[in-house]
Amino acid sequence: MVSLLDIIGPVMVGPSSSHTAGACRIGLFARGLIGGQPDSALVELHGSFARTGVGHGTDRAIAGGLLGMAPDDERLRSSLESAEQMGLKVTFTNAKLRGDHHPNTTRITVGRAGQTAKLIGSSLGAGRILITEIDGFRVEISGTYPTLIFVAKDEPGIVAAVSSALAAGGDNIATMRVSRRGKGGDAIHIYELDDPPTESALARIRSLPAARMVRAIGKVA
Amino acid sequence: MYESLVEAVARAESDNISLGELALRLEAEEGVKTRPQIEAALGRALSVMREAVARGSVGDLKSVSGLVGGDAAKLKHPKGPLAGSVFTEVLAAALAVQEVNAAMGVIVAAPTAGGAGVLPAVLLGIGEAKKLGDDVLIRGLAAAGLVGAVVAVRASLSGAEGGCQAETGAAAAMAAAAGIEILDGTPRQSAFAVSLTMQGTLGLICDPLGGLVEVPCVYRNATGAAMALAGIEMALAGIEFPIPSDEVIDTMGEIGRGMDIRYRETAGGGLAATPTGRKLAKDRLVQLKGKKA
Repeated sequence: MVSLLDIIGPVMVGPSSSHTAGACRIGLFARGLIGGQPDSALVELHGSFARTGVGHGTDRAIAGGLLGMAPDDERLRSSLESAEQMGLKVTFTNAKLRGDHHPNTTRITVGRAGQTAKLIGSSLGAGRILITEIDGFRVEISGTYPTLIFVAKDEPGIVAAVSSALAAGGDNIATMRVSRRGKGGDAIHIYELDDPPTESALARIRSLPAARMVRAIGKVA
Repeated sequence: MYESLVEAVARAESDNISLGELALRLEAEEGVKTRPQIEAALGRALSVMREAVARGSVGDLKSVSGLVGGDAAKLKHPKGPLAGSVFTEVLAAALAVQEVNAAMGVIVAAPTAGGAGVLPAVLLGIGEAKKLGDDVLIRGLAAAGLVGAVVAVRASLSGAEGGCQAETGAAAAMAAAAGIEILDGTPRQSAFAVSLTMQGTLGLICDPLGGLVEVPCVYRNATGAAMALAGIEMALAGIEFPIPSDEVIDTMGEIGRGMDIRYRETAGGGLAATPTGRKLAKDRLVQLKGKKA
């Protein structure tokens, strides 16, 4: 559902809600996906992001998001300089992503303490975003809810185990989606929650034998 | 409810409330935020809008490229026959917000940053002339938000998808509904104001020089605001547009989907592709690369 506050907002640093605010939010999501400030990031700009990104501050906005700055943070203007000071090595390149993507799309590969994660995100207009791919899995995440991402071996009962851990923590699920690469392979679970998941629920989910990756990402929009 | 403006008007009429009041109730019914939280968020948007108008009116801003800035201040001393009217104030405010935006200052995307000058200009311009309170202006923002939400669902709010009609055009339609709301028009008049405004922005292409939100975007916010004033004035006079608002909005979406890629924010056509447009873009992009290195 489209909220009034999506339309009258965000309060943001200009000049473009899709090229600046939306781009910042995709950066923030990538930061959440790697679990904190990345030490490296490869940002591939696709479509209109590639053609007009620099003049719109798309590069500054994504770098700012990776550093944890929100779309209304005036420090976005100097985020590339901040990145250097804060130990984030960020590289921008233009790319033609394969498949059908929104005109304003980026693929971000982030690294932190030896781990890497990759996402594809699109900026849909008015600052709204959609994360469409995480580590090769197709997803649909708006970033308007606290999001729990769980990658696990695809086996019976795994959804019940996660949802009962969330229920035990008192965490309410707003939406959920499970998709997998193939039968018996890995599956990705996306839970959009009303509030950030409790530590106890996260601990229970992390301890599941099938778990490969658990990540709680705060609202970015 | 956000899927149809016609239905929203019918519900507002049957509940005997304004469109803005309906929008506030519907948003609270969603349960994500309480009514006071929603009003506080809109109140914050209102104050950021005011600050942006004030900041841009000083006249000292320059965009990153140096192509725009300082024009809002010129309109503070209008010389034409409409000098001193609400009309010139609205034009100046629309330019002011967009000049702040182009200089990477803080604005409220409404619905987008590229169209962010239209709604504050119309809302604050009328609000100041009529000395309306913030509670009234917040209802105006809510009415505008409802219209924007319908446009988002039925058509598009992205210049890259639907051209400028989806950005300043949508913003003008939203501003028209806001104007009717704060001037105590009826929900039906809001819908007519949306139609009367949007029929004038249909087909508007997105052709920014160098693909940047500067030229003609800054000026198109002023002309978009003028279009909204026209829609408001006609609807309040009792003029009824024969095509229902939902169908006008659908038409905008359809035109956007059929719009050549050159006219959708790519700088491949329109003013961006003129000899001067290309030259200015080339000069400025070189300049940006120089700055970055």
